[in-house]
Amino acid sequence: MEKFTTLTAIAAPLLRINIDTDAIIPSREMKRVSKEGLAEGLFAGWRYQAPGSREENPDFILNREPYRRARILLSGINFGCGSSREHAAWALREWGIRAVIAPSFGAIFQGNCVRNGIVPVVLDNSVVEALAGQVETDPGKKQVTVDLLRCLVIAPDETRHGFQLPTADREMLLEGLDSIAVTLKLDAEILAFRDRDRIRRPWIYLPTTL
Amino acid sequence: MGRTILDKLWAEHTVAELGDATSLLFIDRIFLHERTGSVALKGLEEAGRRVRNPEQVFCTMDHIVDTTAGRTDDTRMPGGREFITSTRASARAAGITLFDLGDDRQGIVHVVSPEQGIALPGVTLVCPDSHTCTLGGLGALAWGIGSTEGEHALATKTLAVRKPKAMRIRFEGTLAPRVYAKDLILHLISRFGASGGAGYAIEFAGSAIRALPVEARLTLCNMAVEFGAWTGIVAPDELTFEYVRGRPFAPGPDQWASAVAHWRTLPSDPDAIFDRELEVDCSPLAPQITWGTSPQQGAGIDSQVPDPAAETDANRRQSAERALLYMGLTPGTRLAGLPIGAAFIGSCTNSRISDLREAAGVLRGRHVASGVRAICVPGSSLVKKAAEAEGLDQIFREAGFEWRESGCSMCFYAGGESFGLEERVVTSTNRNFENRQGPRTRSHLASPATVAASAIAGALADVRELRPRD
Repeated sequence: MEKFTTLTAIAAPLLRINIDTDAIIPSREMKRVSKEGLAEGLFAGWRYQAPGSREENPDFILNREPYRRARILLSGINFGCGSSREHAAWALREWGIRAVIAPSFGAIFQGNCVRNGIVPVVLDNSVVEALAGQVETDPGKKQVTVDLLRCLVIAPDETRHGFQLPTADREMLLEGLDSIAVTLKLDAEILAFRDRDRIRRPWIYLPTTL
Repeated sequence: MGRTILDKLWAEHTVAELGDATSLLFIDRIFLHERTGSVALKGLEEAGRRVRNPEQVFCTMDHIVDTTAGRTDDTRMPGGREFITSTRASARAAGITLFDLGDDRQGIVHVVSPEQGIALPGVTLVCPDSHTCTLGGLGALAWGIGSTEGEHALATKTLAVRKPKAMRIRFEGTLAPRVYAKDLILHLISRFGASGGAGYAIEFAGSAIRALPVEARLTLCNMAVEFGAWTGIVAPDELTFEYVRGRPFAPGPDQWASAVAHWRTLPSDPDAIFDRELEVDCSPLAPQITWGTSPQQGAGIDSQVPDPAAETDANRRQSAERALLYMGLTPGTRLAGLPIGAAFIGSCTNSRISDLREAAGVLRGRHVASGVRAICVPGSSLVKKAAEAEGLDQIFREAGFEWRESGCSMCFYAGGESFGLEERVVTSTNRNFENRQGPRTRSHLASPATVAASAIAGALADVRELRPRD
């Protein structure tokens, strides 16, 4: 996974509330058993003129300059609610988004972001709206900084907004860690737990199928 | 200090404390389906990793398979075959138990898992599917994850999770006739918002919950995710134990007593402290229906389409305006009486035998209005069989419903079957998002009984005011 330390980039305001993962990538755009090839389906229902077409809707923000080059997304509460499909994070990442700033996130989506090098930044709605207001005056130049080392968002007017991220999530993003490898360092503990648990709750353990 | 059921299950499954309120939790059961499980299994294979304890891992075909008679690996969804065959090959290679097409045990993951006794009180259970919270209805600690976390759980039998806050919601009072668990959860979400439960594991408690049959508790917990919660849970009780007893993967007679003794220790202590408590009086509740494109945009069937102008919060107002435009509705219109083009009974929310019985009770001796396409999709092949043994299929068919094979079917559109452009659908499913059931399809969420009554009326209908039988 690509590491994330700090990023200064164009930010696209998409200030709707409750943007669900069906909207981020419709199920019909998840065509293969693959984590790749999904950027084209990102926001397909809004980005294109008609279902299945690839004719762009010029009104949709990510179809407009300079937002086509946005690396940060600004959004409303509960971004990424709904379906657990990690394809939403994969599609955002492949399209180029590295951070989403919103007042709150769907829990599963938030976890998926962290595992795919996208920083889910939680800031108050008033701050997100203020960022959007500044960006919109000159989106190419009024860029936003997400500094994960200091857990700071820096607005175009240089105001600073601290944010919090669970320690493990921050480390995973900063180091680009493989979480399975990290956990397997505790493998002796896991196996010892399983041995004790097998005695304590034997009904959990089914006969082996192999 | 007393402990909540969350505290108890958390402590019991903690392998290691990782700091910052995060624990490495032991995962008892993993369930996969061909939509998101396929990519998790493939990812694991590509990384050269193996499934730890494959006997604790299960897989079903539900999301992509057709639900029409005579189905094969070829699907109406373009490219669906790859998901089915890839899942089958990976499941076999990994040695996990697969409920494949043609197997009686096949069905929607969250219907199959309680039905087979895979989900049990007190287990940790994960699935790369957001509605895994359904299984909280049995007293399981169950939550939806992404595919990468799925790989982690498969390879290590653990997940690193930050402990959510604990909320208790007491539902007190008695549900009126024809008002169901589905109405309870829709009411809760419309009252407190689609992110009202964000950051919490929610224990559903109170006299109305104790009175709910287990399948209704599954319906209630199913939509905890639509409330924004990490998961929902109902403390297991005698009803739960009776439901679980004798199921294929449940504890057998020699282990039953010790399992039940353990399960009895799980409910929250009387002096347990929750981070937040809410109480809802169920007695005045009417059957619920959604009018918008978020589950929070709902109301009683006896009310009207609200006026966004009355909404004080600007974001909610804009969201409501956008929703009314999408739904083709104007403020002040009575919800009951809105003409529909289709009715759908199915999904992990409402496709169990008790749901089908309630709907059939409404449909018996009546017929779907002309011009309404009505579809019933049993939640599992065993539910379908049981319904047919009771003659429910005949009632559905005679009323003008299509009677389908089991699967997720038209709960969501994946490029195959869908409802029409701007078609108004009353549906027993869980999501009314834009384009969820088809391009520009307009979905109204409701209980199976309300769906059945609406199908008969040809319009959204109050199931408490059924017209006489034909």
